[in-house]
Amino acid sequence: MTDEVDRVRDEFLAESQEIVEALSRDLLVLDHGQKRGAPDPDLVNSVFRGVHTLKGIAGMFGYTDLSDIAHALEDLLDQIRLGRIALGQSSLDLLFEGVEVLQRLLSGARGEGHEVDLEGYRRSLAQAVHGGEAPRHDELDVYVLDAGILSVLTEYEEHRLRTNAANRVPLYRAHVRFSLTSIDSDLEDLKQRLKPIAEIITYLPSMDAASDDAIELDVLLASTRPVTELRDVLGDGDIQIEAIARREPQRARTHPPAGTPVPAAGQPAPPPRAQELAQQRELRPELREAPRDVGAEAIASRSVAKTVRVDIEKLDHLMNVVGELGIVRSSVARVLDRLGARVDLRPITAELHRIHRSFERHLATLQEGILDVRMVPLGQTFDRLARAVRQVAREHGKEVRLAITGADTEVDKLIVEELIDPLLHIIRNAVGHGIERRDARIQAGKDPTGIIALNAYQKGNHVVIEVEDDGAGIDTATVRARALERGLVSELQAAEMSDAEIRAMVFLPGFSTAESVTDLSGRGVGLDVVRTNIARLGGVIDLHSDVGIGTKFTLTLPITLAILSALVLRVSTHTFAVPLNVVQEALFLDPQSVRSIEGREVVTLRGQSLPIVRLQRLFELAPASPAREYVVIVALGARRLGLVVDALEGQQDIVIKALGRSLASTRGFSGATDLGDQRVVLVLDAPSILDEVFSTNDRRLGPGAAA
Amino acid sequence: MPLERVLVVEDSASMRAFVRAALEASGIVQTIVEAASGFEALRVLPRDRFDLALVDINMPDIHGLEVIKIIRASAVHRETPLLVISSEGSSRDRERALGLGADDWLDKPFTPEALLQAIDGVLRRPRSATEPR
Repeated sequence: MTDEVDRVRDEFLAESQEIVEALSRDLLVLDHGQKRGAPDPDLVNSVFRGVHTLKGIAGMFGYTDLSDIAHALEDLLDQIRLGRIALGQSSLDLLFEGVEVLQRLLSGARGEGHEVDLEGYRRSLAQAVHGGEAPRHDELDVYVLDAGILSVLTEYEEHRLRTNAANRVPLYRAHVRFSLTSIDSDLEDLKQRLKPIAEIITYLPSMDAASDDAIELDVLLASTRPVTELRDVLGDGDIQIEAIARREPQRARTHPPAGTPVPAAGQPAPPPRAQELAQQRELRPELREAPRDVGAEAIASRSVAKTVRVDIEKLDHLMNVVGELGIVRSSVARVLDRLGARVDLRPITAELHRIHRSFERHLATLQEGILDVRMVPLGQTFDRLARAVRQVAREHGKEVRLAITGADTEVDKLIVEELIDPLLHIIRNAVGHGIERRDARIQAGKDPTGIIALNAYQKGNHVVIEVEDDGAGIDTATVRARALERGLVSELQAAEMSDAEIRAMVFLPGFSTAESVTDLSGRGVGLDVVRTNIARLGGVIDLHSDVGIGTKFTLTLPITLAILSALVLRVSTHTFAVPLNVVQEALFLDPQSVRSIEGREVVTLRGQSLPIVRLQRLFELAPASPAREYVVIVALGARRLGLVVDALEGQQDIVIKALGRSLASTRGFSGATDLGDQRVVLVLDAPSILDEVFSTNDRRLGPGAAA
Repeated sequence: MPLERVLVVEDSASMRAFVRAALEASGIVQTIVEAASGFEALRVLPRDRFDLALVDINMPDIHGLEVIKIIRASAVHRETPLLVISSEGSSRDRERALGLGADDWLDKPFTPEALLQAIDGVLRRPRSATEPR
């Protein structure tokens, strides 16, 4: 029997991960809501349901720690949703910490070994839950509701009813009829329309009167808006809406004020007076129209639709098959060429031509389709960053607001995963070192709340991610002093550098200092590692900073790793491909401009010296002595290098195939690719060539190698 | 006790997978019909008869209590043995579920063996006891 359970364990891990991610997202929205005094009770309930489910399934699959923590969180959330504990910053802190703990436990469950100390967290949770108020059980009989309805309400629904009753919010019953086939979208539509003006307490389905393919729902609503407005929003004639009568509370009934008749059941409640209405809004802050926040909206607008989970390796495999099909296609093309000479076969050749073109078209569509499947929105990554911003800001005692745009920008799944750490690092830096403390900001005439803008957008075949803060900026004098102190540059070199070049030194290995590495922002890793990681993805990182105004990091990344645009080039008798995303430009090599500095060839390009390397020598190929040579400038992170080649053949989209095991350790090549004309060529691996060339010289060369 | 059709109303995919694995391993069930929400249950209920219904309580929109009420209100399903599978909720929710006509309540987490035992118990109950109280 245990075997059967093991078989579905992956299902558990995937669902748990989804739940934790949704929790994180919902908490961020709640955090925004809470800061504006309008947390959405619906969302609290959805967070509650998430940990409740997690507790259940973790228990089923034998993850006791995970289940216990989820249980403790559930207790806290239960108190919050039932109004016994206020949703304040301290309870939100606990919940955010809970997401981190759950995430670590889940990684542990996946065998990514994490020892998690739970005792401290358990204690703070228990303490928080202990402080809850005793439940109230009054107010429910304010509405004239029949027992049939009351008997199907969950405890939570009862609580919402009670809260609305206490706040004297009128209650309505809307009768709707949905077709069973479209009920999901119909209901979603109804919810979206009602959300801004009413709270849905419960749905009461009934089937008896309905035919087999329709369902009738009584929707119980609480709203301070006039019934005519509700009717307008609910729209078409299929929906009937009636007010549920109220009784005066017990105390009022024993001392009835003169001239206040008790409304009879079934009659609409008297419209609340304006003053009373205003009071209700005070009491139910969620009805206030809070200013919409970009970040919160971006987070809230995504929902999980009909999806399948697929192992990315399966997609890689499909991509390989597409590659093979491409080879088949080019073979057919060659046969066609040969047939072209045969006049006697002309009709059949023409037909084959048509078929070939159609095959080519569909193959291209297939390839696009597979690429599209690999794409995921950056939103999930941004959620994690938002959590980090919140945490780091609180630990530093700073006020920081995160503004997100472009969360739906899509990037290859593999790239997204590799992006998290570099982005976290930049974000932590921005909060820890970029944004100033409150008093310093006020003194500088800035808004006391710092802003970090996280923007993503697509630009051709690239995705650009910007992290911009409105903090103090990077002071060149400080950078210069530290670079000198670390021996990264000489006084002479530093004197010749522009401000941008000086700031770019923060990317050099050895720039980060021990004293700047706090647990929060440094994590013991410097920006050089960030640059290297981005470079490994074929991306580039740029830095722009103005003292007193802020700092902006710009990451430019390829959209996918599966297909690359490549520059095809020739060295001696060999053809190579180099991914275009690392190529900055290609130009003629002017032999006159080559100088030799410290045993290395260098050309001067637009006033800057650029180290060059001759591939013919690097790969020890036979010299070809062509009439003219070319320099292909590759850039990775902040390092640039000119590759001297004999000829440029043009640009082509390629699918890289890994080299076989015997060649896997060959340096300088990332794989092989088929150019379609049955030429298989090696793909140059710019990072390892750069490493090879710069490995021993980085320090000596210093900023000369930097852009 | 071979069962021809079993309805599982449960919004968690891994719970459904767990229950399916347990039932399939037991060999007592021919067809398992899964409903991932209260609405899906409503969609399935008018079309089929079931020999057993396993219902979770905590689900969005249409929750388990409403599903139980619908099941018991229908002439076709009035007698269907009904077992609630739920993480221990409040005692009020449990009271209500039983009050609406659920035959028994099994707390999560449970083992496959405990599930089969609880199913066995529900199937053995005299049918008259399932009238809504």
